[in-house]
Amino acid sequence: MHHTSTAERILRGFLLTLVLLFFLFPIFWIFLMSFQTNEDILRIPPSLFFTPTLENYIALISGRLSTVAGDLDIAFMRNLWNSVLLSSLSVGVALILGVPAAYAFARFKFRLGENIAFTLLSFRFAPPLLVLLPLSLYFSELGLSDTYLGLVWVYQLIALPLILWIVRGYFEDISPDIENAYRIDGHSWATTFRKIAIPLARPGIAAASLLAFIFCWNNFVFALVLASADKQPVTVGALAFVTASGIQYGQVAAAIVLSVTPTLMLALYAQRYLVEGLSLGAVKG
Amino acid sequence: MAKQAPEQPARAPAAVALHLDAVDKFYGDPANPAVHAVKNFSMEVGQGEIVALLGSSGCGKTSTLRMIAGFETVSRGEINLAGRQIDSLPPARRNVAMAFEGYSLYPPLTVRDNIAFALKAAKLEQSEVKRKVDHISALLEIEPILDKYPSSLSGGQQQRASLARALIRKADLYLLDEPMSQLEPQLRSVLRGRIKSYLIEQGLTSVFVTHDQTEANALADRIAVMEDGVLQQIASPAELKDRPANLFVATFIGEPPMNVFPAKLSVNGGHLSIAVEGAGSASGFSVELGEIACPPGSALQDGASVHLGVRPHSVALGKGDTRGLVVSNQWLGDQTHVVIETAGQAMVAVSYGRVEDALGAEIAFSIPPRAVHLFAEDDGRALLHGREVVG
Repeated sequence: MHHTSTAERILRGFLLTLVLLFFLFPIFWIFLMSFQTNEDILRIPPSLFFTPTLENYIALISGRLSTVAGDLDIAFMRNLWNSVLLSSLSVGVALILGVPAAYAFARFKFRLGENIAFTLLSFRFAPPLLVLLPLSLYFSELGLSDTYLGLVWVYQLIALPLILWIVRGYFEDISPDIENAYRIDGHSWATTFRKIAIPLARPGIAAASLLAFIFCWNNFVFALVLASADKQPVTVGALAFVTASGIQYGQVAAAIVLSVTPTLMLALYAQRYLVEGLSLGAVKG
Repeated sequence: MAKQAPEQPARAPAAVALHLDAVDKFYGDPANPAVHAVKNFSMEVGQGEIVALLGSSGCGKTSTLRMIAGFETVSRGEINLAGRQIDSLPPARRNVAMAFEGYSLYPPLTVRDNIAFALKAAKLEQSEVKRKVDHISALLEIEPILDKYPSSLSGGQQQRASLARALIRKADLYLLDEPMSQLEPQLRSVLRGRIKSYLIEQGLTSVFVTHDQTEANALADRIAVMEDGVLQQIASPAELKDRPANLFVATFIGEPPMNVFPAKLSVNGGHLSIAVEGAGSASGFSVELGEIACPPGSALQDGASVHLGVRPHSVALGKGDTRGLVVSNQWLGDQTHVVIETAGQAMVAVSYGRVEDALGAEIAFSIPPRAVHLFAEDDGRALLHGREVVG
């Protein structure tokens, strides 16, 4: 075992704290902001002491935003639901398409295989704005604008390459002979894929799904251009807080807290699979 | 249970279980293959027979095994097993069991579950599964690790678990890829004996791949020697040693390898003698083979250039009128390896006693006529073994 001296431990603790502070402070500050009125937030100098209020959350959940200029209807909960729906459906579709494709790319050499895989990856390089203009024309032609189907389809540009390339790496790490051992014991190719390959790559599939989910969740431009109010996710919905009477910082903060929560929960849940994957140890034969 | 003495003649051949008929394996583009890994390979394996595929790495032995298992397609030719043509069947329908060189145990399962996996899938009764697992794990000495996971095991332990998983199944053929490469020497020799007894007792037909001659000799009824994708010879261990089909097999089989000299044959009224020319200051030597009837058309003609082969164990030291210089003299604890310089090249001789001659000393040796092997100069095919003319 590596021996650490006290000084080393203290230094390490100090540095860790510093890093944590750096990364967590904005989240912590937003969390505090979500319990403050706009006046408290904009007070100079800012203070850690304030009277907490649930007003922001109540406004978001009830859908009534009271500003100096008057009451506004906001569809935040609807947006949140749209985000959950769009991201889950997109990851679901990407898994159904991407996992078998990743397996094929990992196991079989076929004509243009590498080119196809790379083309799929290149979707990630393309600037979304460049794609959007022609896409929105096609979508209105096809009647796909402002539909969940159309959005889920476009979200494949985000989710599919991620799933394909991450899961492919996991499949490549599994010795083909583990599958061969199962096949020679009297199982078909398809059963082997389901019973051996997928369970062994599960940590990779979990990691890729989580990542794809977060990327889909955070997407802004696709939904901004291709969807109208009732199909928009939270990222676009948050624009509603920029009102005629100023930016509603309190509601923005509360909206951020609410919209971060699902992904955070998912990450904590998926972590178990990621750790399980590590403790499984050597998959390589 | 059959007793297996080391040099016992091969067991009586039975009905053919596995038949490879002119099998080829190409890798890459079929029209212009990058690698021709297996060339026109034909072999028959009898029911209950144990055959080793022996060769150096890259000789095509593993490709051959994987074609039989169904993990590689057969580019040309046919494979039949238990009366069925199997070369186009998926692995699942070939009824073959295999132990992999990389073990390939299922990581999420314990050793016990790994071994019992196929039996459970075959819906065998639990008591029967337990009986079989107990039996095979006692045989391979893996009882203490049955409840461990593969990732916590050493290579040798994983290898034994993988062997157990293959041997426990009921199959028409058992394929073992380097089955004992990771075991410690002591355990290896114990397990060889046990696995061989088990295979014979259960009447299991098996083909295994190895690069280790000792393993092939100890386990196999017959050994198929491969080189460069070509089956050089398939024969019992004794036959391979006494009657190698060509110069490659002759020098590949046996440790230390056979000594080979370029030589000239003279035939004088049915009397054969072999002359090895000297080189520079080193004088040559000759061996009188005596009266040997050469069939007409044989390559054993007067003045023919041949290769003379003699095994190190057959060189008689300390007698005869041929002399050479001792270049190296090593006592290995149970035998002496003496390297003698003669006819301008080094020749290894093995003696089971101590040889006292110092380095640089002259030593007398002779090559007994019955130990002589002759091979054609052009293609290396065997022409003569002792007094037996080939072909």
